[in-house]
Parts: sequence; structure tokens; C-alpha cells
Amino acid sequence: MLKRLDSALRGIGHRLIDRIWRLGCGARFFFHIMIYSGESFRRLHLTIREIYYTGVLSLIIILVSAFFVGMVLALQGYNTLQKYGSSEAIGVLVALSLVRELGPVVTALLFAGRAGTAITAQIGLMKATEQLSAMEMMAVSPIARVIAPRFWAGAFSMPLLAAMFSMVGVLGGYLVAVPLLGVDAGAFWSQMQANVDFGGDIMNGLAKSLVFGIACTLIALFEGYDAPPTADGVSRATTRTVVNSSLAVLGLDFIMTSFMIGT
Amino acid sequence: MERTTIDLWVGIFAAAGFAAILGLAMKVGNLTSVDVGDTYTVTAAFDNIGGLKPRAPVKSAGVVVGRVAGIKFDTSTYVAQVSLEVDKRYPFPKDTFANIYTAGLLGEQYVGLEAGGDPETLKNGDRIAHTQDAVVLEKMISQFLYNKASDTDTKSAAEAK
Repeated sequence: MLKRLDSALRGIGHRLIDRIWRLGCGARFFFHIMIYSGESFRRLHLTIREIYYTGVLSLIIILVSAFFVGMVLALQGYNTLQKYGSSEAIGVLVALSLVRELGPVVTALLFAGRAGTAITAQIGLMKATEQLSAMEMMAVSPIARVIAPRFWAGAFSMPLLAAMFSMVGVLGGYLVAVPLLGVDAGAFWSQMQANVDFGGDIMNGLAKSLVFGIACTLIALFEGYDAPPTADGVSRATTRTVVNSSLAVLGLDFIMTSFMIGT
Repeated sequence: MERTTIDLWVGIFAAAGFAAILGLAMKVGNLTSVDVGDTYTVTAAFDNIGGLKPRAPVKSAGVVVGRVAGIKFDTSTYVAQVSLEVDKRYPFPKDTFANIYTAGLLGEQYVGLEAGGDPETLKNGDRIAHTQDAVVLEKMISQFLYNKASDTDTKSAAEAK
């Protein structure tokens, strides 16, 4: 009995220390990326290549989801707003929910699933096949050559993807609200413009997505870099990327929203 | 894939991203409706501003002529000091009325200006003397109930006689 309790306590302590250890490792990793990131700007084609793989290839899933999210928002919102006789406010509802919350958050979640897993699997496999060690043997820092370009590509792509998500979502909402549900087009746009603030809403949304981009890419890179060099290890690392990125995005979203709305 | 093709796609991606930000700013946000043109600031004191917020529109005859720049509470007179930024293109007479209205039943509140007949116009830093407060629903209902009660009181008193 006592032995089982002892081992359970040990297990908890071990896990806790392991988490803290990983957090410290992650912070050191981030610091290394910052030090070596000069290289990824000097050899810009490396970063551009990664923007292609993380940003451009994520475009289709992001735009299609944005379109559907916007349309669903308009349908759902119309249903409720109509009860209060203010169905013209549908434009405000769609635009504010997209620009403030859904744009950055859903983009980040999709990005973690689409690009984050690819990054983790790629780097994990590079490590498993000892490509990273080979680079070090050739006196090429793998952080400068492989990690930093991917980091900056993710941080750059995310705000642009989120902006496109919001814009396409608003267009999707427009298509449902105006031709399908018969809301007046003038009221739709004018109420939206009267209530969406450029600095307070759009810029805050972009700031959120920049933070999400940094967090998602960093987690994906770290999990890949830290993965045990086995098939099992890479598969676990990929799973952890999705779980940790999603939790980080939602947690950070709450913290940032409370700062942005709280004033 | 060749490097040039990748460059092209990334270029298209970046251009589309910045176009989306610009589109959000122009079409969804209020960047275009912010009057970067010259404005003059006038203040108005209200006993009760209801739910008026900074950046709420200032309208005259339904046309947006400015924005609420700031709302402060004056501790010497215990009234709300609302500063209004009005577009220089629209001069208003000195005896203009400033009222707080509500757009729709549950809509946002805005300041309505009703022009008076004074030949002199408001200048930067002037004060609008004639103001009318926001309608507070609770106040109206309690007033109505009070009147109703006093009505029945007098009626019953008259019947008793």
C-alpha cells in the first residue's frame, strides 16, 4: 500500500519536473533561434521556401474553412438577431467575431494541424536519420539552417493567414446574409464599419495571430527537435504538437483577450 | 519545385495577405470613415449621458458630422463633460442644441446636434449651453408610475368627497 503511494507520488513528481525541464529546454531553444536568426534573413531564400511550405500550402484549408465559418456565423446569428428585430446587426456580429476571435484562433488551430505537424514530422525524421548531426559535422548549425527559417516563416505567415481568414469569412457571411436571407446590403456594411475599430479590433486580432504564430511554430519546432529518434518518438511528438499548440493557443487567447477587452 | 516558382507563390501569398489586411481596414473597419480632415472641438455638459461611448457618432439631421472625442466627469459640478470633434466643413450656430439619442430601440447612442438661429458659429473650445440628457428607461418608468399613482390618489380623494 505504502509502496504504491510512494510510486504514485514519485510518478507525479517525475512528470512535474519533466515538464519544467522541457519548458526550460524550450526557452533555451527559443533563445538559440533568436541568436541564429540573422542567418535566415541573410539567406532569405531559405525562409521564403519555408513560407511556401507553411503559408502558401495552408492557404486552401484556411480559406475554405473561413468561407464556411463566415456562412455559418451569418446563419446562426441571423436566427437569434431576428428575434430581437435587429437582423441588420448581422454584419457587426460576423465581422467582430471573425476579426477579434475566430480569425486568429481558428487559423492558429488549423495551422497547428496543417503546418505544425508537418514541421514536427520533418524535423523529427531529419533527426532520426541523423541529418541534423551530419550538418553539425559539416560545421553548419542546424538551428541556423533548418530551424530559424521555419520559425520566421511561421511567424510571418500566421498574421497574413488570419487576415485572409477574416476577410473571406466576412465575404462568406455577406453571401449568406444579403442574397440568401435578404438583409439590406447597405445596413450590413455600414453597421459593420461603424462598429469595427481598426486599432482596437483589427490590429488586436493581428497581434493575437502574430503571438499564435510564434507559439505554434515554436512548439512544432521544439517537439520535432526534441523527439526521440525513433518511429514511435516522431509519432508521439507529432501528436504532442497538435495538443500543445491547441492548448497554448486557447490559453494565450484568453490571456490576451482579457488584456485587450479589460480596459 | 523550382525556386522561382516558389518565390512567385510566396509573393502572391504575401500580396494577398496584405490586401486582406487593407480590405479589413477599408471595408470592415472604420479607417475610411475616420475624419483625418480638420475638426474643431466643442464641449457639452450633460447630467446623464446614458450609454454614450467615446468615438460614438455626432449627427445632425441624420448626417454624421463628427465623433465623440472624450467623456470626463467634472467633480466640481458633478456633470459629464463630453467633448465633440466636429468636422470643420460643418459650422454650427452658437445656440445649437446637443441631445443624446438612441439609434433604434436597443441601438448605440449618439449625439444629435440641432442648429439654432444665432448668426455666430461655434469655434474650437466653445461650450454648447443647451443640452438634453439621454433618456434613462428606469427614470421614465418610475416617473410614469409616480404620475399614475398620484392620479389615482386624487381620483380616490375626489370620490371620497
